[in-house]
Amino acid sequence: MMLIPCPWCGERAQVEFAYGGDATVKRPADPASASDREWHDYVFVRDNPKGPLDELWYHAAGCRRYFRVRRDTVTHAILASTPLPEIT
Amino acid sequence: MTRYSIFSLARNALSHHERWPLAWRSPEPKPAYDVVIIGGGGHGLATAYYLAKEHGITNVAVLEKSWLGLGNTGRNTTIVRSNYMIEPNAHFYEHSLKLWEGLSQDLNYNVMFSQRGVINLAQSDAQVDAMQRRGNAMRLNGIDAVWLSRDQLKAMVPLLDCSDHPRYPILGALLQPRGGTARHDAVAWGYARAADARGVDIIQDCEVTGFRIDRGRVTAVETTKGLIAAGKIGVAVAGHSGHVMALAGLRLPIETHLLQAMVSEPVKPCFDTVISSGATHCYVSQSDKGELVFGGSLDGYNSYAQRGNFPAISHAATGLISLFPSFSRLKLMRTWGGVMDMTMDGSPIIGRTPIDGLYLDGGWCYGGFKATPGSGWVFAYTIARDRPHALNEAFSLDRFQRGFALDEKGMGPTTGLH
Amino acid sequence: MAGQPFRGDEGGLIDRERPIAFTFNGERLQGYAGDTLASALLANGIRLVGRSFKYHRPRGIVSAGAEEPNALVQLAVGARTEPNARATQVELFEGLEAESQNCWPGVGFDVGALNGVFSSLFPAGFYYKTFMWPASLWMTYEHWIRKMAGLGRAPVQPDPDRYEHRFAHCDVLVAGGGPAGLAAALAAARSGARVILADEGADFGGALRGLRATIEGRPAMNWVRAAVAELAAMPDVVLLRRATVAGYYDHNSFVVSERPAEHMAVPAPFQARGRLWSVRAKEAVLATGAIERPLVFGNNDRPGVMLASAAQAYANRFAVRPGSRAVVFTNNDSAYEAALDLARAGVSVAAVIDAREDPGPAARRVREAGIESIPGHAVINVQGGRKLKAAEVMAINGDGTACAGGDWRAIPCDLLAVSGGWNPAVHLFSQSRGKLRFDDRIAALVPGESFQRERSAGAARGTFTLRGCLAEGFRAGAVAARAAGFDKAGEPPVPDCDTQAETPLRPLWVVPLPKHTRLKRFVDLQNDVTAEDVALALREGYDNVEHLKRYTTLGMGTDQGRTSNVSGLGILAGLRGKSIPSLGTTTFRPPYTAIPFGTIAGREIGHHFAPTRRSAMHAWHEQAGASFIPAGLWFRPQVYRRPGEGMMDAIYRETKSVRTTVGMIDVSTLGKIDIQGRDAALFLDRVYTNNFRKLPVGKARYGLMLREDGMVFDDGTTTRIGESRYLMTTTTARAGEVMRHLEYCLQVLWPELDAYAVSVTEEWAAIALAGPASRSVLERVVGGVDVSNEGLPYMGYREGTVAEVPARIFRISFSGELAYEINVPADYGAAVWEAIHTAGRSFDIIPYGTEALSILRIEKGHVVSGELNGRTTADDLGFSAFLSKEKDFIGKRSLAREGLWRPDRKQLVGLIPVDKKTRVPRGAQIVEDPDRETPVPMLGEITSQCYSPNLGHPIALGIVAGGRALHGRTLHALSPVTGERVPVTVTPNVFIDPKGERLRG
Repeated sequence: MMLIPCPWCGERAQVEFAYGGDATVKRPADPASASDREWHDYVFVRDNPKGPLDELWYHAAGCRRYFRVRRDTVTHAILASTPLPEIT
Repeated sequence: MTRYSIFSLARNALSHHERWPLAWRSPEPKPAYDVVIIGGGGHGLATAYYLAKEHGITNVAVLEKSWLGLGNTGRNTTIVRSNYMIEPNAHFYEHSLKLWEGLSQDLNYNVMFSQRGVINLAQSDAQVDAMQRRGNAMRLNGIDAVWLSRDQLKAMVPLLDCSDHPRYPILGALLQPRGGTARHDAVAWGYARAADARGVDIIQDCEVTGFRIDRGRVTAVETTKGLIAAGKIGVAVAGHSGHVMALAGLRLPIETHLLQAMVSEPVKPCFDTVISSGATHCYVSQSDKGELVFGGSLDGYNSYAQRGNFPAISHAATGLISLFPSFSRLKLMRTWGGVMDMTMDGSPIIGRTPIDGLYLDGGWCYGGFKATPGSGWVFAYTIARDRPHALNEAFSLDRFQRGFALDEKGMGPTTGLH
Repeated sequence: MAGQPFRGDEGGLIDRERPIAFTFNGERLQGYAGDTLASALLANGIRLVGRSFKYHRPRGIVSAGAEEPNALVQLAVGARTEPNARATQVELFEGLEAESQNCWPGVGFDVGALNGVFSSLFPAGFYYKTFMWPASLWMTYEHWIRKMAGLGRAPVQPDPDRYEHRFAHCDVLVAGGGPAGLAAALAAARSGARVILADEGADFGGALRGLRATIEGRPAMNWVRAAVAELAAMPDVVLLRRATVAGYYDHNSFVVSERPAEHMAVPAPFQARGRLWSVRAKEAVLATGAIERPLVFGNNDRPGVMLASAAQAYANRFAVRPGSRAVVFTNNDSAYEAALDLARAGVSVAAVIDAREDPGPAARRVREAGIESIPGHAVINVQGGRKLKAAEVMAINGDGTACAGGDWRAIPCDLLAVSGGWNPAVHLFSQSRGKLRFDDRIAALVPGESFQRERSAGAARGTFTLRGCLAEGFRAGAVAARAAGFDKAGEPPVPDCDTQAETPLRPLWVVPLPKHTRLKRFVDLQNDVTAEDVALALREGYDNVEHLKRYTTLGMGTDQGRTSNVSGLGILAGLRGKSIPSLGTTTFRPPYTAIPFGTIAGREIGHHFAPTRRSAMHAWHEQAGASFIPAGLWFRPQVYRRPGEGMMDAIYRETKSVRTTVGMIDVSTLGKIDIQGRDAALFLDRVYTNNFRKLPVGKARYGLMLREDGMVFDDGTTTRIGESRYLMTTTTARAGEVMRHLEYCLQVLWPELDAYAVSVTEEWAAIALAGPASRSVLERVVGGVDVSNEGLPYMGYREGTVAEVPARIFRISFSGELAYEINVPADYGAAVWEAIHTAGRSFDIIPYGTEALSILRIEKGHVVSGELNGRTTADDLGFSAFLSKEKDFIGKRSLAREGLWRPDRKQLVGLIPVDKKTRVPRGAQIVEDPDRETPVPMLGEITSQCYSPNLGHPIALGIVAGGRALHGRTLHALSPVTGERVPVTVTPNVFIDPKGERLRG
């Protein structure tokens, strides 16, 4: 079982987390003015790389924070883990 | 091609089986083909076979980066069924099931398609509704479906716990009698042998490393065995569709996920049908060798590793014991993982791409094995005619942008939920 | 009971003071404590133990461990029966009952052996070539194939035993408790590291248990006992016996299958039969030993042909003579020690046959002991069927490809001890994704480049001397401890061990056939795969390792090819004229040895498959006679039947009471999310389709949420309970998903918003009070709030007390009646429920369950899961008015897609049976012409249906293509799977009080 490094709680077993998918997906700032293609790509299309992927994990059975993990999709090696930027 | 039969077997027994020919040749690739199929799994080989058989296109190469049938064709739980509710799915998989019904004879290779019935358990009131709704849709589409009461089910599968004790008691079940299982490796080998006999070149150990595209039209593939020119190229590499299509500059509504399957030690026959439970996330059958073959849910994260982790195995085994308490003392013998093209609506993609002459057959999620004959058949049609057959029109790549997702489970655009 | 004719009078790790009675195939026999079933059978002179999978050939005991391919038995009877148990690993216990498998009527005479007579028709893959005509008969052929296949019998009764799970962390996990593993554990533990040492055996020592080795001049087992005692005395060391490290997963996680009670007839009270350990280790040492390879020659499967190390272990560890007269056949040095040990145990050893021309000093030693040494020869065939009679020996060419012929001789024997070299047990290393490499020195796969934080030691990495094993173990333990942060870990000095010079082995993957013979040479004993099958696969093009395995079933049995995989590779390489490394290696898939499903499942089976959630009022519902129904993880009251009352009568009574007097229902299961912050309203505006910014404090509003693809996700009411504070409710089923969705929006999409969400579902008990008399009931218990229509109008919200408990009071309605929802802190839920119920007695208040709730909501046309099926849009459900045009919200942009606004989309409608009598079948499909031939075009489907006691006829909701334009039309609800068909009239979806006057009253 993978060990996911939560930036807030430390390393925890994967079963404590929910997977949040590709972290590089960006919601268009103004959906109304996004083209059909842009919107389609945002909702449906993913890079799906074979190798390092920036992805979101949600510490569902812990601090309930989403955070960003860089993980290799071939080896499952965790390359980095960072909190999401907070703007308040 | 030496025909396989009890007679040829007996004849060869006299010569101590020393005269059997190669099941398929292993030629060096020619510089050019009319059609190149990328992917030597069941789908790619079936496509090549039907291109030759149905469309007379025999100048075809199938390129396989490792060896035939060792991807998802050889890593699944071998279930064949057409018990779908949404219309395009129902018609497509039913066509595939009909091809399965004559496949051993068509290929002259026993793929052991065994119509032992596929049972979906209903373990809540909502599931009773949903399964009867699905069964009704199947029947009205001309597909066999039978509703089983708990007592009827108990009589068919005596070891199943049909009491009120389980967390999700079994309330009834939907049976598709014509569904069943097949011998997965034999499907790849049978199609390979039959395609080879019709002149298709099967080239193993040949990985595609790039595409040549000229003014929006594909012209050749770059491979580890050199450049191979092609009039048309069909990609059938489910699990790796994203990776291969990226070589052509295309991004897909697909993410690659990991699914594990497993077998128990072999025991004498103890149940005959395929049992599938949504509530306990488990589907199981008993192979002809006697092993319980079963699987569960995705590991739950993007992965190209053909190996998974223990929680998914544990969950599937726990589901199995909840359904069949007496299997608790049987043992888990072997587990393995496959990588799945998970699409944004849980349905496959079979059709043209934005690049002329480049066609995609992928996005098979959990369910590509049963689709093998049907997929090969419609993909061959699509490549030969440069347009989809009515059976795969709905499985177009652009359906998401147009708003025509085929979301059988209604889970929306999160690949891991389908 | 017979004696034990093959048991020595002294020696061995058995307890002669504790005789144990057991039965095999109905025969009563005796062994000793410390025996395995296999050693006890051999002690009793029983050699024929089972039948093979395909040809039903007689088979005996091959090994003394986990690699056993042949000696599989059915253990016990009744609910505790277990198929496919390896006799070589089954510890003997009083009353053990074992039977041979896969044979009928018995293991001595087995009808299935006819398969062997016709075996020329059954080469590898024969089934792919036949059974195709006529097609209709395949299911019949298959029926018989299935009957012939399989091994033991599955139990048919539920398992009476219990299983459990343990989770553990450690600095160093050591897999394998032989000399290398013990040494590693000592070196690591002495540094203070937390160590877990696990071994599959009943006790530590590994191969030393079966050898006569010495350490510092004393028996090696003395050193083992001292090491174990030292480890056992350390507080941070966990010693696991009968525990197999079965799986090596990501990030140094391990699965260990412990068998605390398999060596007894019945586990002690409260003792688990199996225990699954999930271990996370900072570092690991793999000291898993090595497995001896058999040799492949004519009829090499006969009972009496045994691995040399196994014969040696039976002699040394169990004081059992595995035969009376032995021949040893080897290609390496290790079998010479076996020959000497067998001779010491009183077995007459006739000869040691060695494929090597010059075996070196080892041959000298056996000759000195009076044993004939025959170099440059091979056993080419054995005589005897159910019992070995003689080994036929012939010289072989230097390159091993042919028999030299000429000097054929048969040596009488009843034991043939064979050694084809040793395969390091690299399974765990391979599972960890380490890269294997082929080591020509020992002609075997050894660990190459590591991928995870582990290192192999001893025989597991191809080091076969005792001194080498100890040295590597100490080093690996120290290195592992240092890597785990114990900087001072050092390597203890390696004790003196007697070590002999070794002559390299000569790879011999298959012994050539004598001319003009067609003997069966088995590579995979369990699955009956022969060298000829490998050749056939190659001939037909199944010429790579994976195809070979799949086509011939080599290595696919319960032993997972532990004795056959590398031999198969060697034979394939020889036939292809290639080197073994160039063929690539096979994949070792978890688990190392099979794990009982019960152990994997642990306690989370049956009713405990999923957690159970109960509301604060659950006990009250139980006392009131409620039956319960699962809703997500919750159990909700379904209906409260009175004594003698029928189910449907009770449901209709509850339904009518709500519409005529008053009822109360536990709605604690609805998701409740507290949302606060300066931007809370803005946040709601973005996640809901409708407008929340203008909602005044003290008011509730229905809200609709979409997914980003435009489909309806969830709905519920949200109330502004403060200036910047809202309470959102969700459906019971989607509460968790909605919470996660909100967190995603807040943390990922819009971190700039000052808004926070927290689930408060469990903090509040929720009671809905519904019906014309609900206000009158509430007035009796409420404090501090004017609940009149003016004081608390429809969709109003006030805080006050109910039954003197601080309460949140919402004037909202799901039933369509005048209704209130009361939230109180969960701890007071039962008391407040009770108080309201008491106060309502004079108004004939009744509690109602989910069935009545469902009817009430269908009567009002409200949508739930059947309608919110993930494929419906807001417009499909008639919610277009909730789609704000003034703002963006999640999913809005997707609605512009063509497929989401086509007029033929399925729209929500009501349906009433034309005869106003027949129930509309659940799950029915809706068609225009019920008599058409298939495929019948389907216009839509029934999503909810019931009998409405308030209207006096059945009603239904459905989604129908273009349905809103079809009001008044007659369609047909068909349910072929239940044989029902009902003509229905399309109506609007609200059946009662469409204007909503009652709920505003």
